[in-house]
Amino acid sequence: MIHYLPILILFIVAVGFAVTNIGLSAILGRRKPTAEKLSPYECGINPVGSARERFSVKFYLIAMLFVIFDIEVVFLYPWAVAFKSLSLFGFIEMLIFLGILLICYFYIWKRGGLEWD
Amino acid sequence: MLAYLFYIVAAITVTTAVYLIFEKNPVFGALYLIQTMVSLAVLYILLEAQFVAAVQIIVYAGAIMVLFLFVIMLLNLDIGEETKNALPYQRIPAILMGIALFTIICIVIRSKLLQGKQDQYTTAFVQGVGNTKLIGNLLFTEYLLPFEITSILLFVAAIGAIMLAKRKL
Amino acid sequence: MTNVSIMTFNILSILPILILSGFGMIVLLVDVLSSRRLGEKNLLAYISLIGIILAAIFARSPAGTTLFSFNESFAIDNYSLFFNFIFLLSTGLTILISHSYIKREEINHGEYYALILFSTIGMMLMAAGADLLNIFIGLEVMSISIYILTGFKRSKLISNEASLKYFLLGAFATGFLLYGISLVYGSTGAINLKQIASFIASKGGISDPVLLMGMGLIIIGLGFKVASVPFHAWVPDVYEGAPTAITAFMSVGPKAAGFAAFLRILITAFGSAHDEWQKIIYILAILTMTTGNVIAIAQTNIKRMLAYSSIAHAGYLLIALVSANDMGVSGTLFYMLAYTFMNIGAFAIVIVLSRKGDEFIQINDYAGLGFKHPLLALAMTLFMFSMAGVPPTAGFVGKFYIFSAAIKSGYIGLAVIGVINSVISVYYYLRITVIMYMKEPTREFAPLTISPLIVAAIAISVIGTLHLGIFPSKVMEIAQQATLMLK
Repeated sequence: MIHYLPILILFIVAVGFAVTNIGLSAILGRRKPTAEKLSPYECGINPVGSARERFSVKFYLIAMLFVIFDIEVVFLYPWAVAFKSLSLFGFIEMLIFLGILLICYFYIWKRGGLEWD
Repeated sequence: MLAYLFYIVAAITVTTAVYLIFEKNPVFGALYLIQTMVSLAVLYILLEAQFVAAVQIIVYAGAIMVLFLFVIMLLNLDIGEETKNALPYQRIPAILMGIALFTIICIVIRSKLLQGKQDQYTTAFVQGVGNTKLIGNLLFTEYLLPFEITSILLFVAAIGAIMLAKRKL
Repeated sequence: MTNVSIMTFNILSILPILILSGFGMIVLLVDVLSSRRLGEKNLLAYISLIGIILAAIFARSPAGTTLFSFNESFAIDNYSLFFNFIFLLSTGLTILISHSYIKREEINHGEYYALILFSTIGMMLMAAGADLLNIFIGLEVMSISIYILTGFKRSKLISNEASLKYFLLGAFATGFLLYGISLVYGSTGAINLKQIASFIASKGGISDPVLLMGMGLIIIGLGFKVASVPFHAWVPDVYEGAPTAITAFMSVGPKAAGFAAFLRILITAFGSAHDEWQKIIYILAILTMTTGNVIAIAQTNIKRMLAYSSIAHAGYLLIALVSANDMGVSGTLFYMLAYTFMNIGAFAIVIVLSRKGDEFIQINDYAGLGFKHPLLALAMTLFMFSMAGVPPTAGFVGKFYIFSAAIKSGYIGLAVIGVINSVISVYYYLRITVIMYMKEPTREFAPLTISPLIVAAIAISVIGTLHLGIFPSKVMEIAQQATLMLK
């Protein structure tokens, strides 16, 4: 567990920095709120409609494809760490794995999965 | 020291999970879920499973949560919209069964019936090689076949995303 | 530095899987690269069929004997080879009956064939998996492909609904299975079925509640996949909503794969704990048979009727699982093969009679078919007789073996309940025959558009059903050899 001490220190520093700055601005800053100041900023003009727009389903397709390739990348971490002991055998193995997913990527591309229609 | 850390993190996990269930605003609910995922990652680290912890953050707290938020945005759920309980008769049996299951699990854990097996992968051994490296060594030799089939599985998932979610084919 | 031994494995042992994945990808690439999209589609069906035939040719043990490859996790024995044959047969027949159907329904995409081939890979892995990890990955590849295929009629709400229902419930069931696997691993320290067996044997049976719970959760997960009661709620809606050719496919292939994994896990890994799981399966078998048969009587839609009949057949197969002797295992293999022929044949006739936009799937729509299309009606009669278990059809022989296995293991009560259920099932199977021959047609039959491929599928099914019914001994011999390796 002692290995995590630097992370803990960094964590404390990061949280401390944020808390200090927000705290300081709360103590030192002057606040004179008006209705105009409290309205959401939309390039200077008056806000129109609700901020909760419906997202298009197209984002969802991109997100799903992202998850798939994200999982592909997860397999690369242990492979990279164990690369030396796996030698050529492991290299070919990963080549097949990536090759299949490259075909998958090619399929998605040609099918128009990356296009914004 | 580690035991205390476990109890603190476990308490955070359970609390955020309970908040997730009772939260009315779906976006806040998603944020509680992220906290639950991150706390689980800490629990994995306490179990000396660093790789699983990292995957938990990368895949679940990262990628999957983005999907969750997209769904929330897509459905455009309003805050605190009271939905009608479609299954009113299931509530009380569900609570009773939940309590029963909890009690049984507690009894089993307290009993001395559990038999495990001490394998070669002791904590000292795992620390000696390194968790991620050990997983790599096993995954790419002993579990070669499932690993390669995973690429087909991901391929199928990609076809599914295209076939079911793409507007024009 | 740990030394990593490069394991020995036999690449020939997974040759059918390699061929199928290769052909699946070729189908996709040909589809996306061809500019003349409609003209090439016939080609895709033929490419897939070639892939299946090649896989069937190479689906054999390279050494001619039982072979455990990939660190003892992948078994090429007669058992998995027999199941591979069933899977490839059902996939091939499905492609034959799909070809004209998906054109008519305008779902003629290359992904259709690719997903069918990929799901076959999953099934093969489930039948050959000698450890829980391979079985699980195989199950996932198979199920996810089928969830997508269920929702393939993208513009039809009923298809979308079926896909969503199947996916949500299926994901839940997968969760149960995976939880069960992890509990078994946690208490035995092994995912290899033989190592689990030796662990249980060394402890003299299951006394660990966690191991028991793991086994129970695995039974739930696989029980869902084979559509046993009370995990059957998805079946009628999904079967009704899915494209008819896919309904045919998933009532055969995944069910066979589910039973392949079920038998191997329960007999190989938990064989010495037979007393523990036999009671659960016993109750499941009775519930599954009775519920399926009784509710099937009330159906007016032929797809829903066949869905409940599929539940009932799962119940008969569970009888074989309870008896857990060699005869039960070979009976399962034989029955699954017979069921492949008769069920896909019945669905092929449903497809032939349906038209675009008008599925023509009410049972009363079949009135008068016997006069208008006598050959189709005759084939349908044969399949219905076979499912009801009337001699001399394949269904009769299959049921005979399964009930004999139950009696041999001393479950006479179960065999009696099975026979009573068969009698109940005669009512709704024969009703279709009666309607076809005894009733005046209520509507006009449209001119049939019959493609040669679907005729071939019906012919193969008819020949298979009759052959297995009249000359069962040769196939039964092969099935009996398949069981020797299991224990």
